[in-house]
Amino acid sequence: MRREVSPTGSEERQAATTTLDPQPAWSRRHVLDLDDFSAAEIETVMETAAAMKEVMGREVPRVPALRGRTIITLFYEASTRTRASFELAGKSLGADVINVAAGGSSIEKGESLIDTVRTLQAVGADMLVMRHPSSGAPYLVARNVSCSVVNGGDGWHAHPTQALLDLFTMRTHLGSVRGKRVVIVGDIAHSRVARSNIWGLTAMGAEIVVCAPPTLLPAGMRVGANGVRPGPSDNHEQLALPRVEVETDLDRAIEGADVVMALRLQKERMTSGLLPSLREYTTLYQVNEQRLARAKTGALVMHPGPMNEGVEISPAVAHSLQSVIEEQVTNGVAVRMAVLYLLGRGKA
Amino acid sequence: MNAHVILSAEDIRRAVRRIAHEIIERNGDLRSIVLVGLHTRGVPLAERLAGAIEEFEGQRIPVGTLDIGLYRDDLAQIDVSRARIQPTEMLTDIEGKNVVLVDDVLFTGRSIRAALDALTDFGRPAAIQLAVLVDRGHRELPIRADYVGKNIPTSLNEDVRVLLQETDAEDEVRIEKPEGER
Repeated sequence: MRREVSPTGSEERQAATTTLDPQPAWSRRHVLDLDDFSAAEIETVMETAAAMKEVMGREVPRVPALRGRTIITLFYEASTRTRASFELAGKSLGADVINVAAGGSSIEKGESLIDTVRTLQAVGADMLVMRHPSSGAPYLVARNVSCSVVNGGDGWHAHPTQALLDLFTMRTHLGSVRGKRVVIVGDIAHSRVARSNIWGLTAMGAEIVVCAPPTLLPAGMRVGANGVRPGPSDNHEQLALPRVEVETDLDRAIEGADVVMALRLQKERMTSGLLPSLREYTTLYQVNEQRLARAKTGALVMHPGPMNEGVEISPAVAHSLQSVIEEQVTNGVAVRMAVLYLLGRGKA
Repeated sequence: MNAHVILSAEDIRRAVRRIAHEIIERNGDLRSIVLVGLHTRGVPLAERLAGAIEEFEGQRIPVGTLDIGLYRDDLAQIDVSRARIQPTEMLTDIEGKNVVLVDDVLFTGRSIRAALDALTDFGRPAAIQLAVLVDRGHRELPIRADYVGKNIPTSLNEDVRVLLQETDAEDEVRIEKPEGER
């Protein structure tokens, strides 16, 4: 779906110092993806996250903003940082947080997704944070419950809070991302992180380059048959993603980058015939020191985690001064606090 | 629209200087004082008070800022889609200090109650005092101000508008009666 991006909205908004905006900057009930977020809405999340970061730095990092609200996390897939940071975020806002994992719940007895979420709503959930291996599952849930739904990752489709925390981290270091060159390298085809980042970064006016072997690019993004023709993605309409620059050669892609974001290479890609060998992938697509030297001086190195050090990123780069990977995790709590607060405030 | 000015720029300047004198007089040891401005208009007022105290006594008083948005109990009542949270900056330790909260208008007292909650999350001050530019009455909680620029009896359907150079490009306090204006 296309949506309007106002190129000047964000700057004007920042200049305003009044407590009340002339226009409501937030009126949504769910956060499912960033594809329908305006720049102003993202700006609201960023601003709120900055205030939340201050709360996190306090001796007692807790405020009563969501006191009396119940947040339930429902994870059908493994997760460390996302689940933990949502839980911490909810607790820091004074909400009650209950974690439900697929293993050990009635899901094992065969309860359907809809029945499960209706049960969770019946026990009193005000907000549902969910992760599911099927793309679109949170949309189905959102249509069937009256509480707020936050997508904590669905299949290959979307991971909006990850993209928001990536944006927040970039802005901390770069100010604005407008016109900045952001290179996303790795398994783009199977990455919900890449998709949500493409939406969010596009809304904020960044210049996006995706880099991967042709077999790991989404169908509509594939470059010429010989795999060497770089250029803008063809068929971006069919792809339902904004237009980005596609490059299969990492050395070229990384040239002049402000941000280099490496994605995790999942082991199962090796057995499904998409890659000839791990060694070849590492040789051609690892973000290492020599390649990073082609980026702008001090370019940020990011990774959504968990990392395969020595595969998509070299240990030296992952732990270099340019790496903001740990900061991404910390910012994840602040950004998730902001999202939960914006969704949960005001409802009695 | 039915509006009339109750404090001019000059009135505001005088009120701020008088309150600065009162703060000095009441607290004696200036090193024990921390000023904390409530967003939005309490912040520039706190800065002005600090400026006046420095002018009179030659000593700079630390100024912090506080956003009480995360502590409000009336979020369900106000149009929250427009409310924004601004950064809280408590650069100095308030433990054992005399904290003077600074706000523009004292009305129901609910913002101040939220501010008291927020402050206690940062430490245990020796005492907390309250300075406001305008006290318009209609308290809903047992809260009163220690320093008041001007007491203005109002009716509930009136609006007190404080304009400050730093946020609104002019200094003035008006009472407005809502008619066509939303």
